[in-house]
Amino acid sequence: MPAVFTLLIDSFLAITALGIAAVFLTAFLSAVPVKYNLKSVYIRWRSTLATVVGIGLVVLVFVLLQSLAVGIEKSNASTGDPRNILIARKGATAESSSLVTRAQLRTLQYFEEIERNAEGDPVISADVLVLASLPRIGPSGEANVLLRGVTARGMELRPQVQLVAGRWFSPGRREIVVSRKLAGRFANFKVGDSFKTGPALLTVVGWLDGAGSAYDSECWMDADESRSLFEREMYSTFLVRPKNPEAATNLIRRIENDKRLQLRAESETGYYRKQTLTAAPIKWLAGFLALTMSIGAVFAAMNTMYAAVGARTREIGTLRVLGFHRRNVIVTFLLEGILLAMLGGALGCLISLKWNGYTTATLSIESFSETVFAFTITPVLVGQGMFFAAALGFWGTLLPAVRAARLPIISALKSL
Amino acid sequence: MRRISTASLMSLHIVPIVFIRDLSKLYRQGDINIAALHDVSLDIASGEFIVLMGPSGSGKSTLLHIIAGIDRPTHGSCRVQDTDVARLNESQLADWRNRNVGFVFQSFNLIPVLTAFENVELPLLLTGLNASRRRQQVTTALNLVGLGDRQDHLPRQLSGGQEQRVAIARALVTDPPLIVADEPTGNLDAKSATDVLEILRNLSQQAGKTVIMVTHDPKAAAYGTRQLHLEKGEIVV
Repeated sequence: MPAVFTLLIDSFLAITALGIAAVFLTAFLSAVPVKYNLKSVYIRWRSTLATVVGIGLVVLVFVLLQSLAVGIEKSNASTGDPRNILIARKGATAESSSLVTRAQLRTLQYFEEIERNAEGDPVISADVLVLASLPRIGPSGEANVLLRGVTARGMELRPQVQLVAGRWFSPGRREIVVSRKLAGRFANFKVGDSFKTGPALLTVVGWLDGAGSAYDSECWMDADESRSLFEREMYSTFLVRPKNPEAATNLIRRIENDKRLQLRAESETGYYRKQTLTAAPIKWLAGFLALTMSIGAVFAAMNTMYAAVGARTREIGTLRVLGFHRRNVIVTFLLEGILLAMLGGALGCLISLKWNGYTTATLSIESFSETVFAFTITPVLVGQGMFFAAALGFWGTLLPAVRAARLPIISALKSL
Repeated sequence: MRRISTASLMSLHIVPIVFIRDLSKLYRQGDINIAALHDVSLDIASGEFIVLMGPSGSGKSTLLHIIAGIDRPTHGSCRVQDTDVARLNESQLADWRNRNVGFVFQSFNLIPVLTAFENVELPLLLTGLNASRRRQQVTTALNLVGLGDRQDHLPRQLSGGQEQRVAIARALVTDPPLIVADEPTGNLDAKSATDVLEILRNLSQQAGKTVIMVTHDPKAAAYGTRQLHLEKGEIVV
């Protein structure tokens, strides 16, 4: 996003936040008949209901779209073990687009930074990632699924992945364990089912659960069987466990500096955290929809508040006669508009909670496969939704409030 | 033009509260200036119950509005106690009105969504008094107009006479020296009108408030201690 555009948005948000804070502070510190506004909103509930519902819907769309982006980010952020190092081909943007050789694996096996197991073997998993186009449940066609060929060591390095039904695959057999969350979306993913991919028939022998991580979007099978089935000479990536954090730093530096290897290494958690491409367009869509819908919502709020000022002209005149200043009148109407909008915001946030945790999927831009994630409504997101609602109320009420404050007292008193 | 001079008020041991000199108010309609008030001079003593009478358009309401600080003169001065009301800015005028003037309107002008108590409390919100002190003053004011048992009623649950008495309680709750009433009995039946006028007279006679009332009704005018008639922007009697 251009820096000027970002600066403009930030400035606008800062002005809005300051304006809202000033309204609440002034209402708290000076004489504003808050009770009058609250009761006016309550009494005029029919005319204000449309505005409340309208703002509620805008906030609902905003929160839900943002919760999708948060869900994808959370899924990526909770993937991996901070002790692991992921090694991929230099220049590869994702595991599925990376290719690493057996020679590179042999070289790595002699690196003393990598931990050894009880048998004295280095803790390295060489994985094979393949995209398979498989039919979904129902008439919605096919979608790509990420098949990961792993070794027993690869499973040890990923303890957050658990078997929740059936059994693990047996090495050397055409068996596969699919994600439980994908099983709800793809045909023939029940334990005992078989499906055809490429030349072979794979049998589903179990379901895995990735505890909300990116592994929930994968199917696992034996690495060697996968290489043989898909005729792969090479692996996709290596996952290694260094001896300690210092060894991890050294290992990353060593791999990066070794010109012969042509590999890139980084922490597994860091790699997944950076997989933000899929969430970015959703965030943009959320922003764009929020902006366009908020213009309509601001006009709806403005309409309601102009009507409120029109209906209460004589009351405004009376307040002025009794000694209330113009600024009191502005604050009192702004407060009313903001509270009204926040009521709508609360409604929108409340309805959005119904979708919290609901699992859905989209095409991952990084792996080009179906990626499963959950609508994730966080307290921060609810706070953003409420601020968004308050901002709609503030900007929608500003002009009507100024108009109310500028009414000449005598003509206001004569109003019917 | 009739004027009771400050000197003559002083000789009667009466403290003057309103001093008006050469007051004019012009309204512009297209290219024409229309004089709502023309060189009016007037002194009002503290504790007087002044009645302003005259035909529609005679300037009586304009005079009342200028004295009460909700309108400004084109020329001349209007001093209330030690303050030249015409020289105050918008914000100062608002504070001044709150401390010095109680208003009673023909159509009561109560806030419909607030109870009698909350309506009377409104001007006190600007005074910085705490809630218990405000409650005490509101209760006293409502008791004074005989509506101590109607505190929680909304305006629509009260009769016209009761609404106007709530408005009087609101006018006197800040203990202002000046009460202005713009045709306060115009929308009331005879019995309620008498009750309201009795209260205004008592405020003048017993509480020492200066009451200025605009009315068309000669019976209502009879409650005043002095009647002033206006015609074409001038005091004629």
